[in-house]
Amino acid sequence: MSENFNLEIVSPEKSFLKKDNVKEVVVPAFEGEMGILKDHISIISFLKPGIIKISSGNEENSFYVDDGIVEFKDNTLSILTSNIFDIKNSDKSKIQDMIKEAEKDLSSDKLDDQKRFIISQKVEVLKSLSLN
Amino acid sequence: MASLDDLKKRISSVKSTQKITKAMKMVAAAKLRRAQESAERGRPYSEKMNNVILNLSSGLSDKENAPKLLTGTGEDKIHLCVVMTADRGLCGGFNSNIIKKAKTYFKKLFDSGKTLKIITVGSKGYDQLKRVYKDNIIENISFKESKNANYFDADKVGKIIINKFENKEFDVCTIFYNQFKNVITQIPQEQQIIPLKMTEDETKQSEESYEFEPDEDEILGNLLPKNISTQIFKAMLENSASEQGSRMSAMDNATRNAGEMVDKLTIQYNRSRQAAITKELIEIISGAESL
Repeated sequence: MSENFNLEIVSPEKSFLKKDNVKEVVVPAFEGEMGILKDHISIISFLKPGIIKISSGNEENSFYVDDGIVEFKDNTLSILTSNIFDIKNSDKSKIQDMIKEAEKDLSSDKLDDQKRFIISQKVEVLKSLSLN
Repeated sequence: MASLDDLKKRISSVKSTQKITKAMKMVAAAKLRRAQESAERGRPYSEKMNNVILNLSSGLSDKENAPKLLTGTGEDKIHLCVVMTADRGLCGGFNSNIIKKAKTYFKKLFDSGKTLKIITVGSKGYDQLKRVYKDNIIENISFKESKNANYFDADKVGKIIINKFENKEFDVCTIFYNQFKNVITQIPQEQQIIPLKMTEDETKQSEESYEFEPDEDEILGNLLPKNISTQIFKAMLENSASEQGSRMSAMDNATRNAGEMVDKLTIQYNRSRQAAITKELIEIISGAESL
């Protein structure tokens, strides 16, 4: 009856978030944003830096991720990521630090195009976060 | 026989040793709880990661062109062994168990004429291995500064390994660590991470079809290096839990032994004190008699 499915976000250190009443999740997949609803086909994809939006019940949460892998199977969405934080209670100075670091990476000339693209994405997303 | 003073000194020295081992045991117990918790929390990640890779590799259409990290270089000449130990001693057989396991493996490699390269993680392993395998050790990594095992450190080790693999410095990579079973038992493990080895029952259960975006090769290429770091991280977590567990039981034993020793020494002390008193009495009595 319900339109809900399970969501699990795990980082190497711990299980970050577990929910069983999720209506929709939008993830920043590598080839563009991807919305996932119940009964989505089994899929594996990986993430680029961006924002995960989760709507469950009446709430909506947003998280920033650096990278990660999403797997959807049997109405369970697993997101594996090494760096994730909640946007609502994020630390402004930490974001600034991350921007600085990413910009430093960007200025080195050893990068190939793909990495450069990913890092510039990261800078963009972080900057938009630090504005509001 | 030792004099009364000597015995007294020995008793007090054993007692202060006992105090130290007791304190170490308590510290280890507290750390163990934390390490165990983080080991448990880390498990879902590595399990999920493993699952995804299994699903991917079983659905792989073009096995020939699969990433080298998965299938290996096709050769089996140079072996890289990553021996993961603790940075501190005084933890029972923890370090030597890993070393022993690793050494038997090394011997097997030498017997079959393979080239051996060693990376040690943790200073204790380096100390023990450098005596015999000095020329084989190519790198020695130690995380003395970091308090707990964290993913960042594991990632560093993973990157070093992948770098060496890409430079074709080795064909097969195996890691050695202690798996935490319970406080008393830790099982030394050897685990091959490059090329990825799968046990049979694991390959059976994954017969589901997936949609991939982008294609399998690209995902695998991105995923496999991460998996190496994850496996290393898992090993680090297991190791730190094992280390504390092993230290705890070692220190518990030491405390008990010290207690036994104190009892024995106290008996000896009392006996010789009594003997001395008796001797003095006899001397006084016989002196009085002769008057």
